[in-house]
Amino acid sequence: MARSFLSKLTACAAAVALAVPLVTACGASESDALVIYSGRNEGLVKPILDKLQAATGTKVEVRYGGSAEFASQLLEEGDNTDADLFFSQDAGALGALAQAGMLEKLPQDVLDLVPAGFHAKDGTWVATSARARVIAFDPKQVKEAELPATLDEVVDPKWKGKIGYAPTNGSWQAFVTSIRVLKGDDYARQWLAKFRANEPQRFENNIAILGAVNAGQVPLGLINHYYYFEKVAEEGAQNVRAKIHFARGADSLSLLNVAGVGVLENSNKADAARKAAAFLLSEEAQRYFADGTAEYPVVEGVASTEHDLPPLSSLKGPDIDLSQLSSLEETLKLLQEAGLS
Amino acid sequence: MTPGGRRRLQGALPGVLRASPGLAGAGVAVGVAALLPLGYLVARSFDRGTDVAFSLLWRERTLELLVRSAALAGAVTAACLVIGVLSAWLIVRSDLPGRRIFGVLFTLPLAVPSYVAGFTWISELPELAGFTGAFLVLTLVSYPYVLLPVVAALKSSDPAVEEVARSLGKGAVRTFFLVTLRQVRPAALAGGLLVALYVLSDFGAVSLMRFEAFTVGIYTSYRASFDRTPAAVLGCVLVAVAVAITLVERRARGKAATFGQARVGAGAAREAGVVPLGKARPAALAGAVALLVLALGVPVASLVHWLSIGRRTVDLPRLLGAAWSTLEVSGLGALLTVLLALPVGVLAARYPGRLSRSVELASFAGHALPGITVGLALVFLGIRLLPGLYQETPLLVFAYAVLFLPLAVGAVRTGVAAAPVRLEEVSRSLGKRRLETRLRVTFPLAAPGIAAGAALVFLTCAKELPATLLLRPTGTDTLATELWSKTEIGSFGAAAPYAAVLIVVAAVPSVVLGHFLRTRAIDPAGGNR
Repeated sequence: MARSFLSKLTACAAAVALAVPLVTACGASESDALVIYSGRNEGLVKPILDKLQAATGTKVEVRYGGSAEFASQLLEEGDNTDADLFFSQDAGALGALAQAGMLEKLPQDVLDLVPAGFHAKDGTWVATSARARVIAFDPKQVKEAELPATLDEVVDPKWKGKIGYAPTNGSWQAFVTSIRVLKGDDYARQWLAKFRANEPQRFENNIAILGAVNAGQVPLGLINHYYYFEKVAEEGAQNVRAKIHFARGADSLSLLNVAGVGVLENSNKADAARKAAAFLLSEEAQRYFADGTAEYPVVEGVASTEHDLPPLSSLKGPDIDLSQLSSLEETLKLLQEAGLS
Repeated sequence: MTPGGRRRLQGALPGVLRASPGLAGAGVAVGVAALLPLGYLVARSFDRGTDVAFSLLWRERTLELLVRSAALAGAVTAACLVIGVLSAWLIVRSDLPGRRIFGVLFTLPLAVPSYVAGFTWISELPELAGFTGAFLVLTLVSYPYVLLPVVAALKSSDPAVEEVARSLGKGAVRTFFLVTLRQVRPAALAGGLLVALYVLSDFGAVSLMRFEAFTVGIYTSYRASFDRTPAAVLGCVLVAVAVAITLVERRARGKAATFGQARVGAGAAREAGVVPLGKARPAALAGAVALLVLALGVPVASLVHWLSIGRRTVDLPRLLGAAWSTLEVSGLGALLTVLLALPVGVLAARYPGRLSRSVELASFAGHALPGITVGLALVFLGIRLLPGLYQETPLLVFAYAVLFLPLAVGAVRTGVAAAPVRLEEVSRSLGKRRLETRLRVTFPLAAPGIAAGAALVFLTCAKELPATLLLRPTGTDTLATELWSKTEIGSFGAAAPYAAVLIVVAAVPSVVLGHFLRTRAIDPAGGNR
């Protein structure tokens, strides 16, 4: 009895295992939805992407993952890809796809919505929001006026042991890449050597740095601006001891990095995809980024109603082609050489 | 026919001649399927020409990565062998207090994903970063790969050999080293092979511990330069290392395989007597507790901490949905993997020869590769060859099979080897056809062993992340992908319930596995052939 049952079970299992793919293969058809690969986290952008269906008049299907992994996946998929729009956490991944000829040039009226420098020079991607490098500081230990204003002042011996950083974090690596891109590898190498000689305190991530500054454990920390605003929103401004400072200079200390979108060259829904890109630059979406994720809107005239963000145009920032932040491998090599990886 | 005569005959005739064409064909087909990612990697390595491929290969960096990964794999495997054999012996042979409970608890670390263990350790003790941390975490999550087969071997080996040694005046310790250790050696080596391959393929623990192992090099190539060629070259090197390790293990095991497996007396298996620990009992108990505290206590305590500070309420339907998706894809993954492992395992157990050796070796090729590499290979092949299946469950399930085939092949091989050939011969002599004999005689006898293999594959699929992210159907979230998504934005409180449920889902098969092994001698890693 038991034996025949087991053998039948095995036979059935084998039949099912073989049949499932066949049935699915027959049933599958070309997706008629607008397919978005989102390298931005579901928890951050789902509320605004949920509104795309109404905005574009098309069914929308969003796939979430990591930006760099999506870039690799899209490169493997090549011309066969089903994706229509790529929403990336950083310009580097978009730059890699543009270089492979996989992104179309966006319509000029979409590109014109953002200031120059916030879209690819060849028009293959456009920024949807920005984030600024800031210095978090403990006002009980340091006055804002004394804070370093340039990269060279950061490595001044007077800050020895007083700066927190997150060496494995993407935001720190993009910051170092921008130093390389703007001032060359030699300068970056020397700067990193001095930075290390200054005995900075390492942390796991930006949240940990801000927590330590807030607790007075380290006077200064190099972070992205929105971590501060999220903390303030969660705990109330009066309960947060740490403050942040925008260097407002022309070097990497004032780097503005972006998240952005590109439309796939082989999209069969290119119209809807362009509409989606335009929607992400609409006032509604820009306000969502400003209020919901405390990022910088990239369209002028939209300001956050929840967070006290200084206007984007007041931050200056270095003149840099953000696509070039994709050259991360050399950065990792430099960091390793400097003993900061 | 005497066993000796059978062996001589097998030596004289190539094994393939006696396997039915259907079985041999199925075995070869599985071997070829398992080699698909490697084929892709070779093609990708050379897509910019031979010169580029070789210049990428002959770099100092390749050697650096190789040395680091080899050192880590060697150290973790050695530690797992010591911990796995000692703890197996304690729960099977010693009078350790509460050894039944320890028997269950010792297998549970299998359920803890390396990225969860890595995360808890690095957040509690940041100074562990580097080799130490990677070594610690990987040892703690992978020693059960050695423990499980050794428990099975201890259960099935003949106690009479030990008794002979004791009667000849050897003490308990010398008997352990002279007899017991040699009896479990094949099982321990087979488990050690799985540990070594697992360490080579792991990305979660080494990246959290910032130890630049081979897989980190591969990921960096994808993530930091969006360049797939160096990643493919490194992947090929990893496959070569895996093949070399597998061959070394096979030789080592081949020499040791026969020791103590022939029973001194014929007849029913007899339980070995309990060895009193005497004065060593408190130390053994302390060691067992310490192992559990490190391997289970630390991750569980950390999860409880995060659960308690998670302020927002849990989205229960979402959590249950992810749990269901995990059960579904992992269950299908285990099913397909075992089905594909059947011909390979039967060939290896019944028809030793060049063909079965090659097919078995081929099935190990994908196991040392990180999930992202196998995943991207199937992205490339899937979208071109089977566009209807791309980003559908079947392709994801196939990826699991390629990644985890060795876990099931070992189980099938031992299970089938444990089913007496004579019963098959009886069935054939009664006029049953070969396939019917297999289905009605061999597989039912081998079923417990095969089920143990399925359990191992199931829990490994449940923990898999990178290939799942690439290949899952759009909108399908598993516990692992949800855990990743929540931790990526630092929502550890929201991530904790997913980690907890994932560990529970993976713990159930690991308990079942442990139970199987304690009650019936089955060896999922296939050490005891």
